[in-house]
Amino acid sequence: MTDATVTQPAAPGGAPKKTSLLKLDQRTRRRNAAEKRFKIYGMIAVGIGLVFLVALLSAIIVNGTNAFTQTFVTMNVTLNEDVLDKNGNRNPADIKKVSTFGYAPLINSALENKVESLGIETLLEDGGDMRAIMSASAAAQLRDYVLGNPDQIGETIEFRFLASSRVDGYLKGRVTRESIARDRNISSAHLLLIDDLKELGVVERVFNWGFITGTDASEARPEQAGIGASMIGSFFMMLVVLCLSLPIGVAASIYLEEFAPQNRFTDIIEVNISNLAAVPSIVFGILGLAAFIQFAHLPQSAPLVGGLVLTLMTLPTIIISTRASLKSVPQSIRDAALGVGASKMQSVFHHVLPLAMPGILTGTIIGLAQALGETAPLLLIGMVGFIASEYPNGIQEGFLDPNSAMPAQIFEWAKRADPAYYERAWGGIIILLLFLMTMNLIAILLRRRFERRW
Amino acid sequence: MSFVKLTASALAIAAVSATAASARDQVQVAGSSTVLPYASIVAEAFGENFEFPTPVVESGGSSAGLKRFCEGVGANTIDIANASRAIREREVQICAENGVTDIIEVRIGYDGIVFASDVNGNSFEFTQEDWYKALAAEHFIDGQLVPNQFTTWDQVRADLPNQEIQAFVPGTKHGTREVFEEKVILQGCEDGGFFQAMLDSGVDEDTAEEKCMSLRTDGRSVDIDGDYTETLARIDANKDGIGVFGLSFYENNTNKLQVATMAGVEPTVATISSGEYPVSRPLYFYIKKAHIGVIPGLKEFAEFFVADEIAGPDGPLAQYGLVSDPELGQTQTMVSDEDTIGTNM
Repeated sequence: MTDATVTQPAAPGGAPKKTSLLKLDQRTRRRNAAEKRFKIYGMIAVGIGLVFLVALLSAIIVNGTNAFTQTFVTMNVTLNEDVLDKNGNRNPADIKKVSTFGYAPLINSALENKVESLGIETLLEDGGDMRAIMSASAAAQLRDYVLGNPDQIGETIEFRFLASSRVDGYLKGRVTRESIARDRNISSAHLLLIDDLKELGVVERVFNWGFITGTDASEARPEQAGIGASMIGSFFMMLVVLCLSLPIGVAASIYLEEFAPQNRFTDIIEVNISNLAAVPSIVFGILGLAAFIQFAHLPQSAPLVGGLVLTLMTLPTIIISTRASLKSVPQSIRDAALGVGASKMQSVFHHVLPLAMPGILTGTIIGLAQALGETAPLLLIGMVGFIASEYPNGIQEGFLDPNSAMPAQIFEWAKRADPAYYERAWGGIIILLLFLMTMNLIAILLRRRFERRW
Repeated sequence: MSFVKLTASALAIAAVSATAASARDQVQVAGSSTVLPYASIVAEAFGENFEFPTPVVESGGSSAGLKRFCEGVGANTIDIANASRAIREREVQICAENGVTDIIEVRIGYDGIVFASDVNGNSFEFTQEDWYKALAAEHFIDGQLVPNQFTTWDQVRADLPNQEIQAFVPGTKHGTREVFEEKVILQGCEDGGFFQAMLDSGVDEDTAEEKCMSLRTDGRSVDIDGDYTETLARIDANKDGIGVFGLSFYENNTNKLQVATMAGVEPTVATISSGEYPVSRPLYFYIKKAHIGVIPGLKEFAEFFVADEIAGPDGPLAQYGLVSDPELGQTQTMVSDEDTIGTNM
């Protein structure tokens, strides 16, 4: 602020030049203009940031919300005994012999009956031709039902099956008559049939719980794919990260902050922890592949390995934030504890740590949120592909059986050929963002509620 | 302290996992991203129809898959490698060095490689020679190798539209690249007589082949190391682009892409299986015989993969875009007899 202290030079040989606080001189005007310009730059910067945020969020919402609804077809299927249980003895082993391919004719004839009973005119010959409007998952759904209720064989039961991804796209406006002109999977005759069926309420678009609770599906039936199994994978990974990085990180920072002597060795450690926080996550992926899978022979694609890799990535974040919150506890607290005869350890664990806890928890949650959204290291330990196809059977399987994680599943969907998967990738992003926002919200609440200022 | 408890339980989990790591109850597959959709369709149906858990299919490319396949025998190595090309001699050797001696080769069918451009742009009728001329790094003209000067397709051949040459070809880690080089670029080089001209001028065969297959690096031919979705995105961004796709990918995106004919033949399942369409390649998977009987469901999965109801002309794989193999019956017996690579050659 040298400008302010400069006094006007006295005019030679007479009265000093008059200045007025009310009248701005040249220099002040320039300084004020510079400040105004800077404010405008700042507002432009904030504005650009906001535009990007709005663009991103609206793109996600516009592209992703469609994944939360799905088209279903309701029809009555006669569970024909001749097809499903040739011996007629309801022996589960015999019923199991009929594969999903054996169930396809039942669905074809059910579809044909439905169209006929409603009196719909269609250009399609028979149920086999109409089949393109149904998902390939219908046969599996039917088979599961029959295996679960063998006593129902011979009855006619109402089912609600998924419609195929093209039909679903048609109801969502993604598929049009022009776009399917050269499509081998569906024709405009099918779309006409869908128009009629929709009017009669047989085909309807409803909220899709399957997307939230379901498992991954193959490329032949994107309509069935869900993010549920990979959510469980992410959950087990986060459990590993929490159980390992919180105790290790907190112990390391308490030692470094409260007990360790200040010497060159601890300086080196400190510098390296800060460096580690800036290492790209893919590096941890390679390290995990080499150390945990190739050297320690832990299983491929297991959430345990994913969790271990993400632990390495999260540790520096937790250590840095824990040290910062330990540092912010005033020295007088420690002195008072020591003064009334507490040991060093008692002063730390009884007084300093509880006061630093909100900060530590906030840091941990932010670190976990970061780890939850991390994809790069997971690519290298085999979590991308057709992995999250089944729910794990128990806790141990949850850690060890191959599974994917939410961001890896989104990445995989975005790669697949059928455009219906693209929509699901955006839908997955919405779910992932909801998780991240919830975690950040918890962190903010914890800080607001418990943080103390001195 | 709760920290101590947490740490102890975490260590206990790690210890349990280390001992349990040796046991595995689901089949693990990795390899070609072209085979991935087919393998996942089979894996899904397998999980639905059998008591075994659904096999896990990872992607990553043919070479990467075979590399992992050849790492050794044991529960922490994969059981099946998918490949969009046949295994190489060198890979068989590496496998053998690591103790993977008995390998069963299974051909599941054929995949067409198609050339497609933006749906609203010009349509193309290519020959292999056009592609060689457009993309070769150097042309052999009057006994001299000169850098490729063509910038638009009509310079390559007057019948082609006046459009900038911009090709998106699979990167070298893809099995598709090898087929593209051999069946399109090299073929075009031979068709146009350039190969013979080089031989006549005294160049030895290997060098001539190498010169034929080296692609220009001035930005008109771009290697795509990602998946077909990346190629599609590039064409979306640059409407002059022409990309190399698998037939099944094209068929799922007919609203954005139009396919070019090659040597006068349009790629369809019918023309590919009859051999009329020239650019197709067999798809394979390789089974580690040592794992049969150790990993539950491995043999059943392999047999299910090549069963008529799956890989046959009316099965779900053909519906997705696989051109089924007319010799599927032989493959089925081979899988059930567990014939390894050495025995059937």
